[in-house]
Amino acid sequence: MRRLLFLLPVALFAVIAGYFTLGLRGDPSLLPSALIDKPAPDFALPGLGGKPGLARADLAGRVALVNFFASWCAPCRTEHPLLMRLAEEGKVALYGIDYKDKPEDAARLLAQLGDPYRRIGVDREGRTAIDFGVYGVPETYVVDAAGRIRYRQVGPISAADWERKLLPLLQKLGAS
Amino acid sequence: MIVELGHYALVLALFMALLQASLPLVGAARGHPAWMALADSTALVQFGLVALAFAALIHAYVTSDFSVLNVVQNSHSTKPLLYKVTGVWGNHEGSMVLWVFILTLYGAAVALFGGALPPPLRARVLAVQGMIGAGFLLFILATSNPFIRVVPPPPDGDGLNPLLQDPGLAFHPPFLYLGYVGFSMAFSFAVAALIEGRVDAAWARWVRPWTLAAWCALTIGIAMGSWWSYYVLGWGGWWAWDPVENASFMPWLAGTALLHSAIVVEKRGALKSWTILLAILAFSLSLIGTFLVRSGVLTSVHAFAVDPARGAFILLLLAVAIGGSLTLYAIRAPALKLGGLFAPISREGALVLNNLILATGAATVFLGTLYPLFLEKMTGAAVSVGPPFFKATFVPLMVPMLVLLVFGPLLAWKRGDLLGALGRLKLAFAVSAAAALAAWHFTTGGPIGAVLGIALAAWLAVGTAVEWAERVKLFRAPLGESWRRLRHLPRAAWGMSIAHFGLAVLVAGIAASAWQTERIETVRPGDTVDVAGYAFRFEGTEPVQGPNYSAQRATFTVTREGRTVAVMHPSRRFYPVQRMPITDAAIRTNGFADLYAVITDPGEGGAWVARLYYNPLVPWIWFGAVIMAAGGLVSLSDRRLRVGAPARRGAAVKAPGAAPA
Repeated sequence: MRRLLFLLPVALFAVIAGYFTLGLRGDPSLLPSALIDKPAPDFALPGLGGKPGLARADLAGRVALVNFFASWCAPCRTEHPLLMRLAEEGKVALYGIDYKDKPEDAARLLAQLGDPYRRIGVDREGRTAIDFGVYGVPETYVVDAAGRIRYRQVGPISAADWERKLLPLLQKLGAS
Repeated sequence: MIVELGHYALVLALFMALLQASLPLVGAARGHPAWMALADSTALVQFGLVALAFAALIHAYVTSDFSVLNVVQNSHSTKPLLYKVTGVWGNHEGSMVLWVFILTLYGAAVALFGGALPPPLRARVLAVQGMIGAGFLLFILATSNPFIRVVPPPPDGDGLNPLLQDPGLAFHPPFLYLGYVGFSMAFSFAVAALIEGRVDAAWARWVRPWTLAAWCALTIGIAMGSWWSYYVLGWGGWWAWDPVENASFMPWLAGTALLHSAIVVEKRGALKSWTILLAILAFSLSLIGTFLVRSGVLTSVHAFAVDPARGAFILLLLAVAIGGSLTLYAIRAPALKLGGLFAPISREGALVLNNLILATGAATVFLGTLYPLFLEKMTGAAVSVGPPFFKATFVPLMVPMLVLLVFGPLLAWKRGDLLGALGRLKLAFAVSAAAALAAWHFTTGGPIGAVLGIALAAWLAVGTAVEWAERVKLFRAPLGESWRRLRHLPRAAWGMSIAHFGLAVLVAGIAASAWQTERIETVRPGDTVDVAGYAFRFEGTEPVQGPNYSAQRATFTVTREGRTVAVMHPSRRFYPVQRMPITDAAIRTNGFADLYAVITDPGEGGAWVARLYYNPLVPWIWFGAVIMAAGGLVSLSDRRLRVGAPARRGAAVKAPGAAPA
């Protein structure tokens, strides 16, 4: 009996180590969103430099990518060429939300690198980003035709992310 | 060339560690003095080699050698020299080298100063240290090599995260690691004792100084981290129960328990197997703390870069170290002889209670930190456990411990006199009641818990002072007699009183932080914001150029009843290399309260969002921690520990290595 008591610590550790092993399986960069399969939060944002803005209603009826970006965000620049390519192919509706940024800076960035977005909403205060649960820019959400969030990409979309995660999901949802 | 030399030194150190981990163990089992002595020389050589590698890495940083990937990723030519050096451990790879450097430093210390230890015990302790070293060196070389070259070298580096470019954080990791790794000594002693199958007073007396040293360093390390988060992150708080903070707090709790239970082993020969378990747990929690945030098992705001291969290796290392030692414990600990008996109300009883509560506290923090992982794996739900959980569970656990803490030192060993102790604490009770009333009277708002916290702090402080006065018979014996007793009071007793008093100061600081006043306002030049009776007038901002950043520096003139008390300059820095803005808080303290100002977002027309705080007694949190660590150091200087343990009883009759192995 006394011997069993001394086995308790190592038994407990075995259980904890088991959980650690399971923990390693998950991809920590996924940061599962609490909003997966829930309707996208409601928003209506002004546009950039007099252009029309972006509201939740604009996303309705088709699969959309909502990309949070900012002119001050370096990783956003790394995913920019990919976004430009998507825009040229025109198969998926890409919308931008300019996060905590000066509109003139964002306009300058897009003038330099090109504007891949169908529409852009300016989220100066970051309220909409809070509603979406954005950790930091860039972050991209896949919103299906029914207006529900289906996937959240934290950080820039790499070519591998696109091929392995986003594209299959978009095909499944019938976007392209 | 120097870089390759460093790399090569690490590889050699690995072989040295493997040697140290194996031959002395065989020597101790078979009684070969020469093989046992090998432990000392390998420990020293291993230390020299790791020191060489560490120096090579520092050299690469200081000379901005951008042909080294690690330097490219974490340094920049315009970075101030201090941060070029501290940047060495501001990243995963470099910090692992620092970890092993400290580990081998402790090993070398045992080899140099452990002359009084029985040779088999010393050989076994160093062998266990060698195993830990081998595991870590293998980890560095296989998954986290800081000496990898990059071809072609880029013109300049990526720079160090600006948040880490701070003197407070520069020295936070070394202290933290001195603490974490220090517990490896207690661990090695515990495993060596399990191999020998013997735990006695001499063993406890050897473990205590290492544990004390580690505990002091960890106390300082945690306090520095908390101070950094207070003045750099600009959120006005000092502890967020973030996984990384918890990771350092758990070994501290276990180490504190170990510190107290080792006293019982030393003085009374009881609690042996429990103390061994605590020594294993303290280091296991240090290992988990070091690794949890690197393995990708948990996500945290200040996690290091995550790599799946690393995670698997780490898990294997944890399984071998923790699983192995706990298995050894399950096999050998039941055979340990039981020690002296004691009544529930006694010094031992009080220390057992202290241990139970501290261990439960550590378990609570562990559960709170890992609960999100457990739940996610069981139900798939993503949750986060925040400060409310810890406030509701950990704080109520600590209150009874702090109340009872005062009794422990007043009780005698074996059988104590509770009524007598209560009688002697009348003064402490009266003062804490008065403190509660005063706190109630002078503050408004704030939770009732804060008032009780102040009462608790007063109870601790006066109770500790009463116990000290008892020892020197203050006012009971003639003053000359008290003076004589005072001078002959052992340093360990002084250390205890000082550390307990520091805890009282810390508790007061924590309790009073409930009365923080926070104002978040958009201010334009000329605006005045009132914060707890202090008028902050915003004078405007001006651009300032730093060595590797540009900043907007604000000026606030703070007046109280028309008299200017401070001119404060919070600023917002922009680091162009990382394209990252950082807020730099301005703090003015008088030792009893802090005025704290931060500017965050610029608005239109010279307006800024300002966060202004009045934080009463907050500096006491760090004063308290420093006093506690000072108490530990005073205790460490006790003659008994310096001179070393007396020879083991019966050691002379036993041939070295005759113990079962």
